[in-house]
Amino acid sequence: MRVSVQEADFDVGAETEALAAGRADVGAVASFVGYVRADKLAGESAAEQAVSAMTLEHYPGMTEKSLEAIVAEAESRWSLLGVRVIHRFGRLVPGDRIVFVGVAGSHRGEAFAACEFIMDYLKTRAPFWKKEDTPEGGRWVDAREADDAAAEKWGQA
Amino acid sequence: MSIKVLYFASLRETLGYSHETLTLPASIATLGDLRSHLARRGGVWEALGEGRNVRAAINQEMAGPDKAVADRDEIAFFPPVTGG
Repeated sequence: MRVSVQEADFDVGAETEALAAGRADVGAVASFVGYVRADKLAGESAAEQAVSAMTLEHYPGMTEKSLEAIVAEAESRWSLLGVRVIHRFGRLVPGDRIVFVGVAGSHRGEAFAACEFIMDYLKTRAPFWKKEDTPEGGRWVDAREADDAAAEKWGQA
Repeated sequence: MSIKVLYFASLRETLGYSHETLTLPASIATLGDLRSHLARRGGVWEALGEGRNVRAAINQEMAGPDKAVADRDEIAFFPPVTGG
């Protein structure tokens, strides 16, 4: 199993170890973990005006397919020995893990690069949407141009 | 032609629908035609109008406005994604 979209948390140590377990050809495992951050709301002065929780919505079926396609694209660009992507959905609070990307390769170069590539593509191509709970009620997070720019630096798929 | 249309995130909340099944007139050939057709319902449906930042998928693959729509397709409209 390479891709999981789930409500449950995941074990970073176990997932990272599994990428190299029982193999003698893996020389590097690079991993990324994304967390919910308690952002201050733009333009708000009071210290308590922070995000207290968020809910992640996804498109069951398409989300898994799009993550599989991103992993396949990474495998066509680099020689990889293993990839694992886990993305959570549902209600999460600051400090909770959201996403795990782990990549195994012979050397660190392809592992680092593919890990970053998968995150950059996931940000702009996988159908997830974040809604933040704020003191004023729910607020959908806007897509960031910086994320589009990060994906575009890898060139067209 | 009968299709299923899904709406996600802020668009789902604005429209008040998560999905619907539609029988389309023969004049609708592409995703862009469908989007204009839905926007012409007026009111909240203008959220699908020209110039609004809406993305779409056909059968769970991202698709542009020129993509043909076929019988029994699953079409989805949603805002730009914000995962990760």
